[in-house]
Amino acid sequence: MRHFFNSLAFSFLFIGFSAFAVQIEFHQFENKAQEQLYLNLIAELRCVKCQNQNLAESNAELAKDMRDKTYEMIKQGKTREDVVNYMTARYGDFVLYKPPFKSKTLLLWIGPPVFLILSLFLLLKLIRKQGHEKSEPLTEAQRESVRAALDSKRLKTKSN
Amino acid sequence: MNKKFFIPLIAFFALVGLLLFGLNNDPKLIPSPFIGQPAPDFKLPKLYKPDETVSAKDMEGEVWILNIWASWCAPCRAEHKVLTSLIAKEKVPTIGMNYKDYGTEDYGDEAVKWLATLGNPYTAVAVDAEGKAGIDWGVVGVPETFVMDKKGIVRYKFTGPIYPEAVDDIIIPLIDKLRKEAG
Repeated sequence: MRHFFNSLAFSFLFIGFSAFAVQIEFHQFENKAQEQLYLNLIAELRCVKCQNQNLAESNAELAKDMRDKTYEMIKQGKTREDVVNYMTARYGDFVLYKPPFKSKTLLLWIGPPVFLILSLFLLLKLIRKQGHEKSEPLTEAQRESVRAALDSKRLKTKSN
Repeated sequence: MNKKFFIPLIAFFALVGLLLFGLNNDPKLIPSPFIGQPAPDFKLPKLYKPDETVSAKDMEGEVWILNIWASWCAPCRAEHKVLTSLIAKEKVPTIGMNYKDYGTEDYGDEAVKWLATLGNPYTAVAVDAEGKAGIDWGVVGVPETFVMDKKGIVRYKFTGPIYPEAVDDIIIPLIDKLRKEAG
């Protein structure tokens, strides 16, 4: 029985792996820096075929080609910038998960902080306004009824 | 009524408008960075004469089309008739770039059979078995069709299978316009 459970757990392990593992080519690098550069690049470049995956995660054939090209360029001693320029020249800024800061992407970059500051400002204004707001003075009739209510309460506690 | 009451309502409709606009945009249509740039050069063997090469430079001085296709690509089959009639009608030199198809382990000579069955409208067929030239042209998925002017500048890109309306409304008027430009 125990053996059965062990093998069951073992097969689950495999299911887990097969669901997430992407077949990635084995590449050899001359040094750690090149390897790290490769891993960083395939993580930050987007697969243009399957747009919600980066090159590292994607099984698409195009992603494999792009990984190979990245590897090839790094092997030739090209820098990060060279590879990024090569890819953007062909696929546009779209290929970058982190878009560059330029006039076209201005809203994308400064939009969220501007919205945050704006909403904080409005919230603060609202809170302040509520704090300073004067309540309407009571009319004479209202005062009278409050006084009466208080008096009756006082009488009751006395009698107890 | 208090004007402030309408502010959230207006904001809501503005958001709906924005989202509707986003919904109608096809995320697969990536703007090509090649428009207005010189056509990336390639030197690839010809399908029927493997010892001869064809290159983008050969086409200079003419308005020409590059059509990237493969026998394994179903939409290519769909556009083939449209492409054939476009080429026949406009007499526009067209290079068919056979992408990751002919000579590969998986597809062998499927491309030759494909053209034998459906007809070969191309001026020349360039074989890009490894897809290297494809990467240079920023290929995402076949078919893709590019129109170049006389100076060899990429002027238009069509992603996906071309269809008659796109040919009549966009591609033919563009070719006519480009032909009038100075070389």
